[in-house]
Amino acid sequence: MSVSTAVFNLIALLLVVSAAMVAFSRNIIYSAFSLLGTFMGVAGIYIFLGADFVAAVQLLIYVGGILVLILFAVMLTHRITDVTITNRAAGRIPALIVVVGLVYMLIQTVRTTPWAAAKQVTFASTTATIGDAFLYDYLLPFELASLVLLAAMIGAVVLSRKEIKE
Amino acid sequence: MNHPFLPLLVMFAVASVIVVALLTVASLFGPKSTNAAKNDPFESGNPPTGDARIRFSVRFYLVAMLFLIFDLEVVFLYPWAIYFRHLGVFGLIQMGIFLVILTVGYVYVWKKGALEWD
Repeated sequence: MSVSTAVFNLIALLLVVSAAMVAFSRNIIYSAFSLLGTFMGVAGIYIFLGADFVAAVQLLIYVGGILVLILFAVMLTHRITDVTITNRAAGRIPALIVVVGLVYMLIQTVRTTPWAAAKQVTFASTTATIGDAFLYDYLLPFELASLVLLAAMIGAVVLSRKEIKE
Repeated sequence: MNHPFLPLLVMFAVASVIVVALLTVASLFGPKSTNAAKNDPFESGNPPTGDARIRFSVRFYLVAMLFLIFDLEVVFLYPWAIYFRHLGVFGLIQMGIFLVILTVGYVYVWKKGALEWD
């Protein structure tokens, strides 16, 4: 087993274990904190794929921003820690059937997909290419992104202001 | 295969292993003593008042949201800044439009008093 395979396995383990903790934890705060490991693991996978810019964005936005936002959302919600999170609408047997079906589908997909063998990819920094694409090929989506951010900003202010007035 | 980011990934893996290992060793071999004072929430040495599970002000959420939006703006700036020499004046104008639209939002937030913390 080469070093890179060993490191990949370790990052995959971190990813899967923390994702399982997100799903199975009874306390929503633990779930939110476990998400940190998941986001970091995904960043590691991006680095493996040679997507350096996406990995940096993953760290900057998801670990630095989204996670904080999720923790705030948990803390802002009144008495969320008292709620026991169980879904009584569907029993264990139907859930088991759905899970077995899903796992079967995933395994079949993995087995039947003709995976393209990895070519010898040259890992150049992708950031300049992305900058080029932003300003030439995808200029309109790029400028529209600022409008989306503007809408998000105004929406956040309008919603939270209404909350304060009550 | 020689992955160019392998040293970085190895550091990432070693750091994760060390964290998990140290926490495990500490919880296995560390001395355990619990008393009422130790289990109290730490409030800078003062006796704690009230419940720790209060509802936080929604203003924190607003600040986090605004941080995220400007964080995202910085992400868009990175590839532009790296490629700036090739883009020249054209790139400067395009990024100017992008930033002006976001500044409109910033002025709106400011005028609305959303940054006030009374």
